[in-house]
Amino acid sequence: MSMADIASGYAGAPVRLHYRQLQTWLSDQNMETLRARHEEAELIFRRVGITFAVYGDDDGTERTIPFDIVPRVFPAEEWRHLKAGLIQRVQALNMFLQDVYHDQKILKAGIVPADQVLGNTSYRRAMHGVDVPLNIYAHIAGIDLVRATHGDRAGQFFVLEDNLRVPSGVSYMLENRKMMMRLFPDLFSTHQIAPVDHYPDLLLSALQQVAPPTDRYSNVVVLTPGMYNAAYFEHAFLAQQMGVELVEGQDLYVDDDDVVYLRTTQGPRRVDVIYRRVDDDFLDPEIFREDSVLGPAGLMRALRAGNVSICNAVGTGVADDKSIYPYVPEMIRFYLSEEPILNNVPTYMCRRSDELSYVLANLKDLVVKEVHGAGGYGMLIGPTASKAEIEAFRQQLVANPDHYIAQPTLSLSTCPTFVGAGVAPRHIDLRPFVLSGKDVRMVPGGLTRVALKEGSLVVNSSQGGGTKDTWVLQSAGES
Amino acid sequence: MLSRTADHLYWMSRYTERAENTARMLEVNWQMSLLPQSEQAARAAWRAMLEISELTDDFDAKYANATPANVLTYMVQDTDNPSSIMSCLRAARENARAVRGSMTTDLWETVNTTWLDAQRQVGQGLLRIAPTDFFEWVKLRSNQSRGVHIGTMMRDEASHFISLGIFIERADNVARLLDVKFLAAAEHMEQDLEHVEDFYYWAAILRSLSAFENYRMMFRDAITPTRVADLLILSPRNPRSLVACMEQIVELLTKVRNASSGRTEHEARSMLAQLKDMEIDEVFGQGLHEYLLTFLAGINQLALDISHHFLVPIAAPEPAASV
Repeated sequence: MSMADIASGYAGAPVRLHYRQLQTWLSDQNMETLRARHEEAELIFRRVGITFAVYGDDDGTERTIPFDIVPRVFPAEEWRHLKAGLIQRVQALNMFLQDVYHDQKILKAGIVPADQVLGNTSYRRAMHGVDVPLNIYAHIAGIDLVRATHGDRAGQFFVLEDNLRVPSGVSYMLENRKMMMRLFPDLFSTHQIAPVDHYPDLLLSALQQVAPPTDRYSNVVVLTPGMYNAAYFEHAFLAQQMGVELVEGQDLYVDDDDVVYLRTTQGPRRVDVIYRRVDDDFLDPEIFREDSVLGPAGLMRALRAGNVSICNAVGTGVADDKSIYPYVPEMIRFYLSEEPILNNVPTYMCRRSDELSYVLANLKDLVVKEVHGAGGYGMLIGPTASKAEIEAFRQQLVANPDHYIAQPTLSLSTCPTFVGAGVAPRHIDLRPFVLSGKDVRMVPGGLTRVALKEGSLVVNSSQGGGTKDTWVLQSAGES
Repeated sequence: MLSRTADHLYWMSRYTERAENTARMLEVNWQMSLLPQSEQAARAAWRAMLEISELTDDFDAKYANATPANVLTYMVQDTDNPSSIMSCLRAARENARAVRGSMTTDLWETVNTTWLDAQRQVGQGLLRIAPTDFFEWVKLRSNQSRGVHIGTMMRDEASHFISLGIFIERADNVARLLDVKFLAAAEHMEQDLEHVEDFYYWAAILRSLSAFENYRMMFRDAITPTRVADLLILSPRNPRSLVACMEQIVELLTKVRNASSGRTEHEARSMLAQLKDMEIDEVFGQGLHEYLLTFLAGINQLALDISHHFLVPIAAPEPAASV
C-alpha cells in the first residue's frame, strides 16, 4: 500500500500533523501483514470472549464487535480542551440532578420548564428529597461527541448525547488498547501514547468515595442483569479488574434492618456500594416494576436509610433525555457561571410553536428525534427519507409536538480505517468516560466508534459499526 | 464468596470432568472394537457405554440400533443428550462464562477455547475421521484446565469449589464404570485369566482410567479382576480410585466449612474411613454391585448436601411491608 492510497481518501487534504508518523508506519506495512493482523484480532477477541449475545438468536451465536486496526489520534492540546469541556459539562449535569430532586432552583428561575422535568417519565419521584453522598448522581458518564468537518465551526466538537444512566463501552476502550499493543508493539515505542489501563482503579476509587460513611472496608459490587445481557462481558470485566463481586439480583437481599446483603457460601455479607448495570425500572420490585427479578426488593428502602449507594443514582435519566439536552448550555451558565466549552448541536424544540413551524417547513433537511426514545427508533432522517415517510412523520409531529426535537444533519469527521481493499476514510464518533467522586476524573482516551460501511453515518454496533483504539499523544513532560 | 458463583464453578469442573471420563470410556471401547471379538460381545460393550450414564432408554427412543457409529454420535455430539461430550463442554463453558470474573483469565480462556475448538473439530468431522484423536484431545484439554486451575488460581474458596466438583464427579463416574463393567464381566471373572480376551477386557478398563501402568507398578503381576477392583477402589496411591477421590473431598469440605456444613463433613469422613478400613475381599464378600450401589448413593447424597449447604442460596426472608 502506498501513501497515495491513504491520501486519496482525503481528496488531497493534507495529513494532519499528529497522523503523519502513523501514516509513515502504515505505508511501510504490506497489505498481507495488515490483513493477517486484522484476522488475528478477531480470533483473540473470540478466545478472550469479548462477545455479545444477540437477542433472538437461539443457536447461541455470539458476535464480536469489529475492531479496526488503525487508531484514532488526538494531539495533547486538543485533548486538554476536550477534557476541560467534558468535566465542566458533567459537573453541571450533576448539579442539575441534585437541584431537580431537591430545591428545584433552576425550575423556579424559569430556565428549564418545570413540566418538562417533573413530567418526564425518567424523573423518579422516589428520589425527591433523598440525599446522596457528595451530591453526585452520575458517577459514570459517557458523553457522545462528534466533530464537524465543514461549516463555520469546522473542527469543533459537538456533544450528541449525554449518557448518564448505564453507559457502556469502556471495556472496549481498554481491550482495544490491549489488542493494539499486542498486534503492533513497535507503534507504541515510536509514539508517546498516554495509557488508559488505570480506568478500573479510578472507577473503584470513585465508587468507594461515595460509600455511606463507615469504619469498615466498603464493600463494592457490580450488579448485572446476567450473562445474556449484551454488555455482560463488560460487567464481568470491570468487576474482575476492580476485584469486586459481580452479582445478580438473586444474589442480593434487603433484610428488616434495611441493609443490603450478599448471599455467600459463608452466610450474609453487607453491601455498601452497588455499581448497577440494570435500568431504574428493574432495580426494586417494591417501587418500580413488580415483576423484576433483576434487583432486590427493598433496595430503595436501604437507599433512603442511607445504608447503600447506588451508582449511577436512580433518576439520572431526566438529565440525559433529549428534551432536556437543549438546556445543558444554560445549566452550565446557571450553576457554574461559566461559558460552555463544548458545543451542543443546534436543536429545535418542537414544543415551541415558532421552532415547530421552522421544523415543519424544513423536514427534508433535518433529523427529528423522539425525546423519550433511544437507539434510533421513532426517528426521521430527513435527507434519506421518502416523501411518504416525511408526510407520515409530519402527522405525528403535528399531533404531539412535545414529543420531538429536531437537529440539522451533521457531517461527521472521518478517520483512516482498514477495509477489505486497503485503508479508506470512514465516519467516526467518540465516547469518553467521565468519572465523578470527590473530583471529576478521566483517563486520556475513550471509545471511538466507526461506521464501517462506506458513506454511512451509523456507528452503532447493532447496525454495522466497529471500534478503534483511541490515542491521546502525550506532550513532553506530561503524565 | 457468592453461593451462585460457587455453584457455577463447581458445575464447570463437574462437566469438564464428565466430558473427560466419557471420552476415556469411549476411547477404550473404540480401541477394543478394533480387536477380533464376537458380534455379541461388541454390541454388549457399546450398550454398556449407555448403561454407565443411564442413557439406554433415551438412546433407544431416538436410534434403532446400538451400532458403534450411533453410540459415538449420541455420546459425543448429540445435543439432545445432556451428558454427551459436546453438551458437557458447552455446559462447562456456560458455567464459566457466568462467573468468568471469579477465575483467572488463563482458566477462562482455556475453558472457552476448549468449547470453540470442540465445535470446530466436530464440525470438520474429526469424530468420523479419527475418533481417537478427538478423545485424546478432550482428555488433554481437561488435563490442561486442571493444570491451569492448579497453576494460576488463588488457593481460596473458588479454587476449592472447582476441585470439589472434579472429585465428586470423578468418584461418581468411576464407580458407575466399575459397576457396569463388573456386572457385564461374569464370563471374565476367572482369576487365572486363561483366555486372552479376558486380558484385553480388564486391561481396557485400566486403560480407560489411565491406570494400566499404575497397575503394573503396584502389582508387578498378572491382571486379575480382584486386583483391578483393588487398585480402582481401595488404592489411595491411584489418583482416580474411589478412596483417593474421597480423601480429596474430605479435605476440601474441611477447607470450605461453614456454620451448617458439619454433618456433611462428618458423612464424608465416615465414607472415607470405611474405604480405608476395607480389604478388597470384604468388598467382594458383600457383593461388588451392592457395595458400589451403596457408594453411589453416598456420593449422590453428598452432592445434594453440598448444594444445600453451600451452593443454593439461603431462602430470602419475607420482604417487609413497603414503606
